[in-house]
Amino acid sequence: MDDKLTTKLRILADAAKYDASCASSGAPKRTAGAGGLGSTDGMGICHAYTPDGRCVSLLKILLTNYCLFDCAYCVNRRSSNVRRARFSVEEVVTLTIEFYRRNYIEGLFLSSGIIRSPDYTMEQMMLVARTLRRDREFAGYIHLKTIPEASPWLIEQAGLWADRLSINLELPSEESLKRLAPEKEGASITAAMGQMRERIAEAKVERRRFSPAGQSTQIIVGADDTSDAALLRTSDTLYRRYALSRVYYSAFSPIPEASPVLPLKQPPLQRENRLYQADWLLRHYGFDVEEIAEGGTDGMLDLEIDPKLAWALKNRHRFPADVNEADREMLLRVPGLGKRAVDRIVAARRHARLRLDDVARLTAGLKRARPFLIAADWRPGALTDRADLRARLTPPTRQLSLF
Amino acid sequence: MGLRRIALKQGADLDGFRLATRRLVAAGIAPHDVVWCAEDTPVLFPPQAAEEASPIALPRRVAELIEVVVCHRDPERYALLYELVWRVLQGERALLEMQADPLVHRLELMQKAVHREVHRMHAFVRFRRTKSRPNGPDHFVAWFEPDHFIIEAAAPFFVDRFRSQIWSILTPFGSLHWDREELRVGPAARREDAPDGDGFEAGWRSYYESTFNPARANPAVMRAHMPTRYWRNLPESAAIAELLRAAPARATAMIERDAAAPAKRMPEKAVAAMGDQAPASLAELNRLIAASEPMVSSGSTRAVLGEGPVGAAIAFVGEQPGDQEDLEGRPFVGPAGQLLDRAIAEAGLDRARVYVTNAVKHFKFEQRGKRRIHKKPAAGEVAHYRWWLMEELNFVQPRLVVALGGTAMLALGGKAGPVTRMRGRTTFLGRPGFITVHPSYLLRLPDEAAKEEAYRAFVSDLRAIRRIVEDSVTGGAADVRRSA
Ligand code: SF4
Repeated sequence: MDDKLTTKLRILADAAKYDASCASSGAPKRTAGAGGLGSTDGMGICHAYTPDGRCVSLLKILLTNYCLFDCAYCVNRRSSNVRRARFSVEEVVTLTIEFYRRNYIEGLFLSSGIIRSPDYTMEQMMLVARTLRRDREFAGYIHLKTIPEASPWLIEQAGLWADRLSINLELPSEESLKRLAPEKEGASITAAMGQMRERIAEAKVERRRFSPAGQSTQIIVGADDTSDAALLRTSDTLYRRYALSRVYYSAFSPIPEASPVLPLKQPPLQRENRLYQADWLLRHYGFDVEEIAEGGTDGMLDLEIDPKLAWALKNRHRFPADVNEADREMLLRVPGLGKRAVDRIVAARRHARLRLDDVARLTAGLKRARPFLIAADWRPGALTDRADLRARLTPPTRQLSLF
Repeated sequence: MGLRRIALKQGADLDGFRLATRRLVAAGIAPHDVVWCAEDTPVLFPPQAAEEASPIALPRRVAELIEVVVCHRDPERYALLYELVWRVLQGERALLEMQADPLVHRLELMQKAVHREVHRMHAFVRFRRTKSRPNGPDHFVAWFEPDHFIIEAAAPFFVDRFRSQIWSILTPFGSLHWDREELRVGPAARREDAPDGDGFEAGWRSYYESTFNPARANPAVMRAHMPTRYWRNLPESAAIAELLRAAPARATAMIERDAAAPAKRMPEKAVAAMGDQAPASLAELNRLIAASEPMVSSGSTRAVLGEGPVGAAIAFVGEQPGDQEDLEGRPFVGPAGQLLDRAIAEAGLDRARVYVTNAVKHFKFEQRGKRRIHKKPAAGEVAHYRWWLMEELNFVQPRLVVALGGTAMLALGGKAGPVTRMRGRTTFLGRPGFITVHPSYLLRLPDEAAKEEAYRAFVSDLRAIRRIVEDSVTGGAADVRRSA
């Protein structure tokens, strides 16, 4: 690999790293043909972790960081002074294949600044995916971040090659979008999501390949003053209306060459974490947004404790739940019990009455669960209602930022 | 009865364990009377042993658990597994569901450890390219040090993924070799047997460094997922120490640096020009369509474009090109097209003055022997082409759009339905429209009388179409008529 290519890679990986939506999950299971390269199994693998604790799964790069747009939160906006570079289609294809053959990556996550026009840019990205799939028989994962301002036909074509397409919402309100991303429009973003949703659903019914891992989006947290509850309401709507596979939350990160209209302060990283937990409760634990919001104050989630515990502490009258009797829905609401633990409890209690020891072997979160549970040999008694319960269950604060 | 000593091979000896278990069970020997050990060259059971010992029926989950746990490096694994088998056979059939049972709990932890190690092998193997002989094909070789006896369990992943390349994975417990056709399990290897570098490692390390965000350093999480014992075989790990050392300074610098004054480069012209991306003419649109990939499954590679003058008063929209259209690259030239021509002429319209196109631009077919049999495009496939059709009509600007058949109706109006019942005037999303049958429908009718009747009805539809268009033109004859 020559130095020129390495230099471009440095610039264009650096420029892409603020995008959080890089999971390689959800693709249908497939294996390489005799002349092909690559496989997917639906889960995706993290091949490495960077010292920020994040998974390196895909080669996450921009095709170019030249950009005609001027989104305030983005290092690549046209008015920033960063170093610029541009890959050719062939260079991206080569990097993807060569990294993949050495087992460094699961595939490619390609995004781009906008050069010449949204259509031109989107077409170049589509060509990368097409070359990989059609000409190089690449069966690994491909995620394209589509450009909502591009013509619809490009999305139609891109979906033939990509496992997942994403369209970033970026900011939760039209008003913030106007202020911080003047060239973008909420309407074209949601129109593109709607188009994608239809195509994906139809292809599934008709058993054709079209973005089989669905579509996802990313919202930047902390660049404007939207509350957590409002963010979650937005996500909830997106999940319902556009059948998104995932909404990613990206805590606004200070960037070199920051724009003067942005807050200089980074939101606490814990906020992003709590949003992911809340999102999870929304999708898998039967909570609705208002219940989650109830656990916090003024629409913001509690940063010290997770949203499920926060909800339980404010709803103590609904506890304790009996591990041997309570229905699954109720057990899912017990802090410290995950979905798997609940499944295991439900399976195990068919054979014997469970004692606290048994529960301990089925979950790692017993300490948090105990005040909310009844087992054959355990009743929390007054513990559930103690005034200092919150303090007892709050993990000691750990500085999560640097070291 | 005294203690039985069972010697199995080193590593994961599933076959040996299976055979021993069958014999022990057959002889009714309880777990506490057996001692298990692993040897380099155990005395194997006599060959006839395999036949004598009959298989034991175990719940599937138990069998699966055994397969995994034999790979664990814990010397007690066989004893624990035999105890599991014994108890299951003694009547505790659902034992594995009792995850609270200490034996089950322990075996599950072991199973998890093995799974995790397999997963980590999939993640952390790093190939280096070399040549097994000068001018020979590329050979990708990796050195890896797993914690359990998992290389065979991990192998299928590498075969599925790297089927077209020649590769070897060398470990202290054995090695895997794939020659594009067959997987061979070989003897243990040494680190020196693997190549010591690769031309892409520096690039990979650069990528790794660049994708790290110094404002979010969190080495504890990194170590939890990527334990340090793997680091010496990961080329990127060489960068970690320096990245962490420099992170605080880099992060502070980012925050403290004053918000940058915007660059002078304000590409106003380019920004203005980018709004102008829509194809400027029908010809330009057609170039895009022609260069596109078929969006119907098993479609031909050639797009068949619309034909006729821009500004035509009538646009006919069919379903998709057929076999002949695909070969010639023009719409409505096959049997259905010829029938359409005849009917158009009979209705007093001029074929040269109307626009003809298809809802779907590629031929979808099923290969049967030498013949390509037309296949109806699915609703989603029709939708893929819709934007193009709408753009096309925007350029042509016909006064009336005629849907020939159900697919065209679906494409134009977004709704499907029985054509015969919806036949006649309509509007397609605000555009004046008309629905009639597709000429290929006439060709398919079995008896001549019905065919003739349907053809008459079709021609009378075309006459009605002609009248509509003529009426829509004020002060003068429409330009749709056949010049005599
Ligand atoms: S469009 Fe906006 S977010 Fe995307 S690269 Fe350009 S400036 Fe950044």
